[in-house]
Amino acid sequence: MATVRIPTSLRKLTQGKEEVQASGATIGEVIASLESSYPGIRARICDESGALRRFVNLFVSAEDIRFLKNLETPVQESDEISIVPAIAGGQC
Amino acid sequence: MLNSMVQALRCRECGRDYPKEALHVCEDCFGPLEVAYDYEAVAARLTRAAIATRPPTMWRYRELLPLDAPPTVGLDNGFTPLVRADRLGQRLGLRALYIKNDSVCHPTWSFKDRVVAVALSKARELGFETVACASTGNLANSVSAHAATAGLGAFVFIPDDLEAGKVLATQIYGARVVAVRGSYDDVNRLCAELTDRYRWGFVNVNLRPYYAEGSKTYGYEIQEQLGWRQPAHIVVPMASGSLLTKIGKSLDEFRQLGFVTTSPTRLHGAQAAGCGPIAEAVARDSEDIRPVKKPQTIAKSLAIGNPADGFYASRAIRASGGTAVAVSDAEIVEAMKLLGECEGIFTETAGGVTIAALRRIVAEGRIQADELTVACITGNGLKTQEALQFTAPPVISPHAHELAALLGPAYE
Repeated sequence: MATVRIPTSLRKLTQGKEEVQASGATIGEVIASLESSYPGIRARICDESGALRRFVNLFVSAEDIRFLKNLETPVQESDEISIVPAIAGGQC
Repeated sequence: MLNSMVQALRCRECGRDYPKEALHVCEDCFGPLEVAYDYEAVAARLTRAAIATRPPTMWRYRELLPLDAPPTVGLDNGFTPLVRADRLGQRLGLRALYIKNDSVCHPTWSFKDRVVAVALSKARELGFETVACASTGNLANSVSAHAATAGLGAFVFIPDDLEAGKVLATQIYGARVVAVRGSYDDVNRLCAELTDRYRWGFVNVNLRPYYAEGSKTYGYEIQEQLGWRQPAHIVVPMASGSLLTKIGKSLDEFRQLGFVTTSPTRLHGAQAAGCGPIAEAVARDSEDIRPVKKPQTIAKSLAIGNPADGFYASRAIRASGGTAVAVSDAEIVEAMKLLGECEGIFTETAGGVTIAALRRIVAEGRIQADELTVACITGNGLKTQEALQFTAPPVISPHAHELAALLGPAYE
């Protein structure tokens, strides 16, 4: 099971837990697993078409999944997955 | 003295309202939150005449800034010179060119003093005792300096490969600086997580909706200093894309309030070729930003590979009929020298990006010679001297004949 770090805005759905475990061989499967444990979470991360929402970034062991294979990105048991709101940097 | 003109924080994507707290992300859709104003109340109090009676600082537009109480930090910031740049214009083929010069913004020589003044005033309103930021330079300098005068604690997170000079210019004001192994985007991601863990006001995270509004004052000043006119073109450097987006908002607001003679202003975005994800999206006529994994440019203050406001910046540029270009490091250095030699302004690499982009856009025939054009210079060249090659001057003994020999017969 991979570890998923949950941002504050989603913790109401995870009973306040900052980290949860989820199974799945890809990011897409991990999201499905999260949805079965914490109903409603998928709709917050993905849009109606199932794609990742524009303002959500997902990292697998610190690597942005857009640099990997998006929802098809493979997940290992030891991976830490972070769900992070897209925020802008300090510059103009 | 100041009744709040702020109604709420509102999600830019789904429109859900949130209380005026340290929040930046919509719980429903992760969209960014933006300050929503009561523009009728603003119009009832803010007039051109009222503005003209106020001190020349960014706070002369205070009804359009997101505070509920009078500002307490950065009271003297803003209202930097808008200079007519005839010599540079001549070189580029423009007859009505202006430079908005925030390389001399008080007190830390970049436009970040505007956003930080708003963010830290808001941080105090919200009761924060410590503020923090992720930054490679200008923001770090400004947060640290303003936290010092406000008596707030400050944490500044930087990538671990920054030049000593930049770290020093933040430490001098007493902030605790922590270097993080990784790129700027890594530091940013860490800060997003730290915001959940500590009760700190992260100026570019949980205070971001307030902070970003400070950039509008740069746009208000341009319009007022042009004699309440909107220019035909504005060229803006882009990292996250926030400044360009907020300048666009400043144009909309002054138009809506009836303060300006409007001309449809074209917004042009400037990036470096080694990190130009917004320019790349504009070229594809798209709002879909493809992040850059390893930014490589001397314009480090613009090197954000994953620009969160890129979506809005691309939309604003294309809606205005403007364009975006990405310029090479060589063009950046050449443009820094050109600005110095023509206008006596020493800008940082980001300013070189702006001037190089302006040059390119003019060469492409997108700006006509007589059109009123403003180039945005947002930071000071003394901070990025490593981008330039030092040339040792000739040395002579203190004798007039030695200078004569050096200069040759042309000066006889």
